[in-house]
Amino acid sequence: METKVENVKVMNPADSKIPEGPVAEKWTNYKAHQKLVNPANKRRLDIIVVGTGLAGASAASTLAEMGFNVLNFCIQDSPRRAHSIAAQGGINAAKNYQNDGDSVYRLFYDTVKGGDYRAREANVYRLAEVSNNIIDQCVAQGVPFAREYGGLLANRSFGGAQVSRTFYAKGQTGQQLLLGAYSSLNRQIELGKVKSFNRYEMHDVVLIKDKDGVERARGIIAKNLVTGKMERFAAHAVVIATGGYGNAYFLSTNAMACNVSAAMACYRKGAYFANPAYVQIHPTCIPVHGDKQSKLTLMSESLRNDGRIWVPKDIEDAKKLQKGLIKGSDIPEEKRDYYLERRYPAFGNLVPRDVASRAAKERCDHGYGVNNTGLAVFLDFSEAINRLGIDVVRQRYGNLFDMYEEITDVNPGELANVVDGVNYYNPMMIFPAIHYTMGGIWVDYELQTTVKGLFAIGECNFSDHGANRLGASALMQGLADGYFVLPYTIQNYLSDQITVPRFSTDTPEFDEAEKRCQDKMNRLMSIKGSRSVDSIHKELGHIMWEYVGMGRTKEGLETALEKLAELRKVFDKDLYIPGDQKGMNIELDKAFRLNDFITMGQLMAYDAINRNESCGGHFREEYQTEEGEAKRDDENYFYVSCWDYQGSDEKAPELIKEPLHYEAIKVQTRNYKS
Amino acid sequence: MKVNLRVWRQSGPKEKGGFVTYKDVETTPDTSFLETLDILNERLINEDHQEPIAFDHDCREGICGMCSLYINGHPHGPAVGATTCQLYMRRFEDGETITVEPWRSAAFPVIKDLIVDRNAFDKIQQAGGYVSFNCGGAQDANNLPISKEAADEAMDSATCIGCGACVAACKNGSAMLFVSAKVSQFALLPQGKVEADRRVRAMVARMDELGFGNCTNTGACSAECPKQVKLYNIGRMNRQFIAAKCKE
Amino acid sequence: MWLTSSSVGRKFVMALTGAALVLFVTFHCLMNSVAILWPSAYNAVCEFLGANWYALVASAGLGLLVVIHIIYALWLTMQNRAARGHVRYALSSRPASVEWSSKNMLVLGIVVLCFLGVHLIQFWAKMQLAEILGCEGEYPAAAGTLFIGEAFSCWLTPVIYAIGFIALWFHLNHGFWSMFQSVGWDNTTWIPRLQCIGKLWVGIVMVLFFIQIGVFTYRANTDYYQTDPVLVQQYEEMRGGEKASPCAPCSGAECVLPEACPGNSVNN
Repeated sequence: METKVENVKVMNPADSKIPEGPVAEKWTNYKAHQKLVNPANKRRLDIIVVGTGLAGASAASTLAEMGFNVLNFCIQDSPRRAHSIAAQGGINAAKNYQNDGDSVYRLFYDTVKGGDYRAREANVYRLAEVSNNIIDQCVAQGVPFAREYGGLLANRSFGGAQVSRTFYAKGQTGQQLLLGAYSSLNRQIELGKVKSFNRYEMHDVVLIKDKDGVERARGIIAKNLVTGKMERFAAHAVVIATGGYGNAYFLSTNAMACNVSAAMACYRKGAYFANPAYVQIHPTCIPVHGDKQSKLTLMSESLRNDGRIWVPKDIEDAKKLQKGLIKGSDIPEEKRDYYLERRYPAFGNLVPRDVASRAAKERCDHGYGVNNTGLAVFLDFSEAINRLGIDVVRQRYGNLFDMYEEITDVNPGELANVVDGVNYYNPMMIFPAIHYTMGGIWVDYELQTTVKGLFAIGECNFSDHGANRLGASALMQGLADGYFVLPYTIQNYLSDQITVPRFSTDTPEFDEAEKRCQDKMNRLMSIKGSRSVDSIHKELGHIMWEYVGMGRTKEGLETALEKLAELRKVFDKDLYIPGDQKGMNIELDKAFRLNDFITMGQLMAYDAINRNESCGGHFREEYQTEEGEAKRDDENYFYVSCWDYQGSDEKAPELIKEPLHYEAIKVQTRNYKS
Repeated sequence: MKVNLRVWRQSGPKEKGGFVTYKDVETTPDTSFLETLDILNERLINEDHQEPIAFDHDCREGICGMCSLYINGHPHGPAVGATTCQLYMRRFEDGETITVEPWRSAAFPVIKDLIVDRNAFDKIQQAGGYVSFNCGGAQDANNLPISKEAADEAMDSATCIGCGACVAACKNGSAMLFVSAKVSQFALLPQGKVEADRRVRAMVARMDELGFGNCTNTGACSAECPKQVKLYNIGRMNRQFIAAKCKE
Repeated sequence: MWLTSSSVGRKFVMALTGAALVLFVTFHCLMNSVAILWPSAYNAVCEFLGANWYALVASAGLGLLVVIHIIYALWLTMQNRAARGHVRYALSSRPASVEWSSKNMLVLGIVVLCFLGVHLIQFWAKMQLAEILGCEGEYPAAAGTLFIGEAFSCWLTPVIYAIGFIALWFHLNHGFWSMFQSVGWDNTTWIPRLQCIGKLWVGIVMVLFFIQIGVFTYRANTDYYQTDPVLVQQYEEMRGGEKASPCAPCSGAECVLPEACPGNSVNN
């Protein structure tokens, strides 16, 4: 095992394809000078889009609207089920409708700062720039955003910002935005421009050498999950929009089918994987209740607008809470420690997610956790209810309260105690959980990976969030990539491909790729051990959470790599999959994904060991200030770590650095205190 | 707690299915119903070396609409306004036998065990569930004020998750609630009004083509809807459809 | 044609025919009430609605509505059963907010139809139909009260009518607001209002029907319809004004000697 990387390669700055000019003019310049494809030629070009989340659906529909022929794949039974649908809180845009001083620059600045100065500046500026178009586009699609009585759009504030720039549709913003993109997609399916393949899972990307010997992505092998057959699909370009890798932790807020296999297939074919260590831990999730739990439920970050986070001041109170002797509402105001308000007066409960999560962990590590496992803090609405009345609070968060009650049997809007005339309501219990992955397939400014003709968009790429993502920015990025960025940049690539005729899938490259996929399935079926996929996956999750979770150390990460190597052996020897390959075999599909999650886990550990600093979602316990804040090392780690596959899952990947250059923003220590 | 699960098993779309009862499945009141199925599946794989029960599920937080299941005579089980994945075992008695069936509708054929094919819903949306405009041509979002009431009402209709519980609950296998929710959302917003007539005609025609039944206004769809989509959406769609047809 | 080809259109036809039938039932109920309050006026209405062209057109129209309503009901039911698929749920339960009647409209309709058959044989066949065919029985076709007397003197009649009306009650309880829903005349505010109006409307009509059953049965069994002097006078006039019927078995004079005909038989 190799954990130290010597003689690291540094990427040529030109490889990032960042356009010339000041940051505010780069995107305009790019669009003005990029190559385009004329309408007659668009009809002759095919594009594969894998995934139907915000990025995938918006890209597929927009490309089809432009005239390209699109093949669109989704793993669920309908494009509408992609996990973007679960985003609750909202989507950011620099509209400044609230007249509170917002601007494109401020959104850009907040996003770079929120990402702990590890994002690529030019990409983030472009994101902030197109954010306004996204809102226009979605409103025109009929997305029912919340409105004021005057008929104009309403906003709320979110973590990491001092302005109200978040647009929302009740607690179901992701759902409404996705249904908007899905509706555009449906229109194109009806028009015959998009062919939709549901219950298909991508297994490999097929590369074919062109006449100049350059390998280009020309198709995919996808498994039809209903018939169990491998099928081949060819196109002039392949776009991956398959989301993040949070499920490597087994328990996360991701949906059950979220997986990293498509990204891993690209990685194994030569696409760099960037910043895998950057994983976002969301501070407001319902705590784990038992070992049979299958997933963690997120409570929207918007709750932090009115909810106050606290633990008892007195350790004795905490112990009583842990034993179940008292309830949260029994502890009066003066004995509560609102630790976020105490530590970060300027942002209070609205600090970025990584800061809030670490602060919760810090309190629980010191024994102040408030449930039976000691791994929970309170999120309290008493003050808001006393100030605004239960009706107003319910209007804002009613569906979240109901959701919480359904799961935990506790109603956060219920009066529980009155002390000295002050009403105390049942607080919610929350704890951080894996939520989003900032790392992903490396892409250049055009969202193209290191494999020609292979693009990655949405959560699946690494580009815009640096080391930490701000709330309500994931929806923004997915839609920016899909509606407004990729449809332009992909033309710059495709303009050279107009003379390339449609491909047959009857080529040696496709034969070989399909055979390899089939062999992999055969191997998994033939292991015939004794353990179910989930039992191994849970073990993976424990290793990841324990050693590659919220607080990481060099020793822990090395242990993780050892344990992961052992786990792979267990997987290879002891896996048991019932049934056969004909028809639907859910266990087989899960095993296929788990294999890639183990590789992904290793990749995360390699990256986390390499990055000897704490930044955003990556917290190395060796590198913190006396106050327990993350300590960055800009001198040595001001780069994107790109990992290059070395031909085998067992071999350590090779590191390539993409140095970061900031022109518009001065890099400084993040400060949410004043 | 322990429960007995009486589950519909069917190995493929064309095979004959039947109920199998699994006794004494160990679970806890704080465990969700789907996690209880996971527990049973782990037992089937690890102990009995059998194929696990296939069932649809994804987000497990009640929003993606992937989970289905007809539990003890109710789509999404006995809880009101919740999906199967939001159903917790504290709703059941210790030792209870719980009957689990797939959605039953001609338009939703069984694929395997408890999984049905709901592709028909996509096809209905493809017929007209959109505003026809291309990306990039939109005006500023605040140029067109929309009353809060209309926006809120449109949101209530748009909250449908497309799970198919309405069809499963309807004795006629009718998809009217699903279709009318989308028609209503657009009918309430100025953006959608432009092509409202065309939309309602196309979506109803597609719904009929796909073999969904006729609405007899029993209201079971709305009563069982995990998102509580209201029955008056159907009335609105009827009105729109009749008006659109009269104009034709 | 969208009234046959689309599901919404088919339901629209059900609603329109249903609405017309509700209005007819209401009218019928009011007419029956006339038979309680002013029996002779009732007979005058019967005469008015005899074999006249306008009454015939109305009857034919009504018949057509009933036939369309039934045909559509059967058609919709067949389609709905097909849409449900051939495998049924092993266990199914009805949410509390779903009316029992709404799930059993066909059964209720069939019961109502059977009741309607009996009712038509007892009245319409002997009244308007007989008049059209020109083969009136022992009573003048317009002497509605005599037919009431004849029908309700048999103990089975009130029982059958009670069953029929209960079925009709349930049928209309759902049908009334349902037709508004099917034509789209509703919204959040009006669904509950229409349901309430429907229940009241149908309730009043049905209560009237039951009062009528009671009164008719009582009067029939006390020979009121044969003995009331005003009615007897009216029967005489009807007979006098009539053309002789070729198939009349007896002369009118013999038939209206009520004191000679005790009980339910007047045939001597």
